[in-house]
Parts: sequence; structure tokens; C-alpha cells
Amino acid sequence: MAKVEEYIPIVGQSIIDDLRLLADKLKGKVIQQINSTSVGGGVAEILTNMVPLLRELGVDTRWDLIKGGERFFQVTKKFHNALHGRSEEILQSDFDVFMETSNENIKEVNIYGDIVFVHDPQPIALVEKKAANKWIWRCHIDVSNPNQKVWGFLKNFIAKYDAAVFSAPSFSQKLPVHQFLISPSIDPLSDKNKEIPQETIDAVLKKYRIFQDKPIITQISRFDRLKDPLGVIEAYKRVRKYNVCQLVLAGGTATDDPEGAKVLEEVNNAASGDPDIHILLLPQNDIEVNALQRASTVIVQKSIREGFGLTVTEALWKAKPVVASNVGGIPLQIKHKYSGLLCHSIEGASFALKQLLNSPEYAVKLGLNGKEHIRNNFLITRHLREYMLLFLSAYHTEDIVYL
Amino acid sequence: MPELKKAKEPFRFYTRLHLSGLTGLRASTLNQLLTLAKEVPGSSIYHHTHRFLQQHQYLSPEPPNDFAYWVTEVLGEDELGEKLASIDTIQFNTIRALRERIVETIESYLKDNPLAKMKFSHEGDEFYFIKSVSFVLPTNYVVYDLNEFVDVLAKITIDSIYFHIFESRLRLEKANNDFSNWIESSFGDKELADSINKLDPYTYTIEDLRKTMIKIIKRRIARYDGKG
Repeated sequence: MAKVEEYIPIVGQSIIDDLRLLADKLKGKVIQQINSTSVGGGVAEILTNMVPLLRELGVDTRWDLIKGGERFFQVTKKFHNALHGRSEEILQSDFDVFMETSNENIKEVNIYGDIVFVHDPQPIALVEKKAANKWIWRCHIDVSNPNQKVWGFLKNFIAKYDAAVFSAPSFSQKLPVHQFLISPSIDPLSDKNKEIPQETIDAVLKKYRIFQDKPIITQISRFDRLKDPLGVIEAYKRVRKYNVCQLVLAGGTATDDPEGAKVLEEVNNAASGDPDIHILLLPQNDIEVNALQRASTVIVQKSIREGFGLTVTEALWKAKPVVASNVGGIPLQIKHKYSGLLCHSIEGASFALKQLLNSPEYAVKLGLNGKEHIRNNFLITRHLREYMLLFLSAYHTEDIVYL
Repeated sequence: MPELKKAKEPFRFYTRLHLSGLTGLRASTLNQLLTLAKEVPGSSIYHHTHRFLQQHQYLSPEPPNDFAYWVTEVLGEDELGEKLASIDTIQFNTIRALRERIVETIESYLKDNPLAKMKFSHEGDEFYFIKSVSFVLPTNYVVYDLNEFVDVLAKITIDSIYFHIFESRLRLEKANNDFSNWIESSFGDKELADSINKLDPYTYTIEDLRKTMIKIIKRRIARYDGKG
């Protein structure tokens, strides 16, 4: 695990000095982070990296999990899809299952934080335990066009929090609580993002029998409909008519995502018969993801909906040219034609892919611009600063706060 | 030329860090933009006219305020976009006055171009009103003369420079930036104070602004030392 000092060569001394100033203002406060899974998915990944750094800075941060069975996570997955705007039939029994597990967690989970920081809908009902402490709800989901039945249900809980945090301006809704915009981040020193030797990259490619004789187009994502893996295959097939290339679709499954296996089967069917399509069900192995991203010629993220799109952040940090959908937090990261190419359709994605494969110098320029944009705005150091400011904001209501 | 002297009062460098607050308010048309621009908190007008200064520290093709960008890129009203982009922010001493100018500019354009009211953004491209929540903190840097001042100016964060030059003047409604105020009140050096005050900071990147101020102050120190 990286130490705070190790970020100085990447972001500069003064950024780290600011973090120490802020941490000092939080002395004596206990921050309790709560979510539903310790591995898989972006939230667990951010917490894994962030909690030790906050602790090293002197902020007493702890991390707790709620419990839930298969039925609970099937319901929260339905909620997740419905919040992303996908058509889902939500029944009263779904709310009942959600409340049954939530009530058990309300009984079981020990709340001790001065600030309780709850991530995503799964643990949202814990706010019923709110006392004199401060509660903040962190929404990692694209709720720009949510299913109103689910949103209405969650809103009753959100209203009990002191503040809510979203990843993009378009996710903001009219709410009776303070709302903040905080983008997630990547850790440049984590296994997924650190520099790795060419031999490691070669070994990973060899393991998965990917040869570097053709340009590699890659999408790294869970096998999830909202990531549109079938759309990526379709876009690749259109590119393939004109350009020699290969496609890598790689991802794992999160423990709170029961739908993954079904989507993976559909993807395998769509890819069958084409030896240049590599479908990789990766175990949780960040070095392998890092190697695949670094080996790629172009990286795609053709999501239908996206909370933020951390795979885009990871790709840009590796100075890779990226083609990504104009959804969720992606346009915050990619300014079209400046730090990557945005698309709205399969046709648009395949056209952008062809442009980048055929204009390698342009592709390099986009990648380099993208890397600088990530350095300035989307690394974990900026995220740490904003979380500490958020915790401090819980004790102030004014727009100019003197600390 | 008087010799370099100690300040009457030391200067403490502060820094300003910020969070973006969401308002849940969005506009799809110019009329909605106008209505909301009149109503939103001053911290929102401040955010949309100053965000670019901190987010784009390298040269980039960003117009200087979000209103201009949206009107041009999303609604395709280039002429209004240009008018909004060329509002001379440095002329305004309060957010209130800046807001009035933005509102007047849109109103006057709509009067002359009533068809512009018909344009609307696509879903997802609306103008989302965000506000800036500032946290002002003292740093450990305190200086007593111009030599010390220029040394710290060279290494302090851009957030600190930003606070003393932009936020302090406009948002806290001081007439001048903090550096000029201190130089004039502590040394009586109005000429140096004015030469910093007359820079238009909105046309520099913050790093360039830092370099320019260091150059001006060093030249002044050389004159105090009899070398200039």
C-alpha cells in the first residue's frame, strides 16, 4: 500500500501539504464508511485505497460492511438498473425484501462514527439509526433519469441525511439536503495503475494467448448490460471490415451482481467463430488489468449508463486514446477531440475507432492530453482533499467557511 | 529610494480549497437560464465565472465562463456567447454587479433576437447550476519583508495565489487584491501595489501570474537595494 509521501513526485509537494492541513482540522473525529462489498466494483476499490491514506494522514477512518443474502442483492441490482433508467418491473415484494435485510442490518451494524459515510443504495436505510452524529450519503450511480418508483422510495431515506454526494452535475435532483459534486478518482500507485515492466505485459498477453501482431481494441468492464459488451462486439465487427484488429473484452463480476453470468453467456455467443475476439473472465487481478490496458492500441467504454467511468480514467492515465459514450461522468473526463473521442451509438463508436487506428499521431496526442487532465483532476489526492472538505462541511452551512 | 524595510504588519498566506455544491437547478432554454441566473445564490454565479481558472491550469481552448460556453456550444448562439465571454470580470467588485451584467447581456440579446427563445438543449446537455463552497485556511507561511514575500510566492500553492488575487477581491468584496493591500498599507509603496493591482489576472494562467508578480517585485527589490 502506497504512503502519502510517494504521491509527491506525481502531484507535487504543495498538494500533499494541503492534505495535511485539512487532516489536522479533522483530528478527534471518527469517520465510519459503510458499503456492501469489500471486493469487486469501483466503490470497494476506492475505499481500499483511500481508507489507509486517510488513516496515515491522521484521520480516524474505519470501514464497515452490511450483510445481505442473494435475494437482497438481486433486488439491489434491480434497483441499480432502474436508477440507471433501465426498464425494470419493481414489485412491492422487492421493497419488502430490501427492508427485511435493511432492518436486520439496522439491528446488527454498530454505528460509532462522528460522521457516517454511506455508499450507494444498499446500506441507505441505516440512516434510521441517525442520532446527533452527521450522516452523508454517497451516490456512485448515474441517477440522471431514475425510475421514479425506486427513486421515490430512496428519497425518503436521503432526506434524513445531512448531505448527499453525486459524481456528475446531471445526477443532481431537487432534494431537501445539501448536495455536493465529487468525482471519484484512481490511485496512480495501485497495482491497476502503476508503471509495470514490459515483461509483465508480455507475460499477461501470453497467458491469455493474445498476440501483438494486430492493433488491440479493449473494453475492461464487468459483464453487465449497462456496459454494452454486445454493442462493443458490433462496433468491432464494423471496424473489422476495413481495419485489421482484434478485440479484448475483459472483466470480472462483483459479488453484488448476480446477473453477470447470463450476460457473459450472451457475449460468448456473439463472439463465437471469431478468433480475434478474446473474452476474458478475469479473476480479481489488478496487474492483469493494468497490463491489458497498457498493451491496448485503443480503449473503449461504450456504456449505456455510467456512474463515472473509472475504466476511462485508468485508460487516460496510461495515456491511451479512448472512445467512450457521452454518458454519466465520462464527459467530465473526455473533452471530445481534445482528450479522447465521445460517441452516442454503435456506428459512432466504430467510426471513432477507425479514426484512431488510422491516425496514430492524433491518437497519441489525445492520450497525452487525457493523462494531464487526469493528473489535474481525477487522482486520489484530489479525492482525499474533497472528502476531507466534505467531512468538514458537515459542521458548516455557509458558502464561505473559515477553518 | 528607501531601503528595504520590515512590514508594519506581517503577511500571512492563506489558502482556499473548494467543494462544488449541487443545486438541482437546470436550464434547457435561454429564458430558463436567465430566470435562474437571477435567482441562484451568488456562490453559483461565482462558480460559473471562475471555475475555469482553477480547473484548466494549462492553456486550453476554454471560454472564460460556463454561461458563454453553454450558449455557444449547446444552443449555437455564437453572438451571445461572445458577448458573455467578453464580460470584463476584473471591472466588477462584487458578485452582485457581475450577475447584473450577465443578466443584462442575456436580456438585451433576447430583446433583439426573440427567436433565440425557441432554442433548447438536448436531454443531458442542460445547464446545471453548481455553486462554489470555499474553505479558507491559514497556511504556515508568514512573511515580514518583500524578500521573504517573494520567496514564499514562488513556492506557495496556486490555491493560495488564487485566494489572495481573485476570491478575496471579488467574493469578500475588498477593493484590491490582498498582496497590493499589504504592500501599500505595510510599506506605503503605492507604486508597487498599483503595478500588481493593474494586472488583469483573468487573462493569465495562475502560474504565469505567479511568474509575472515575482518579476515585478524582484525588480522593485533590486531598486531598493540600489541595483535596479
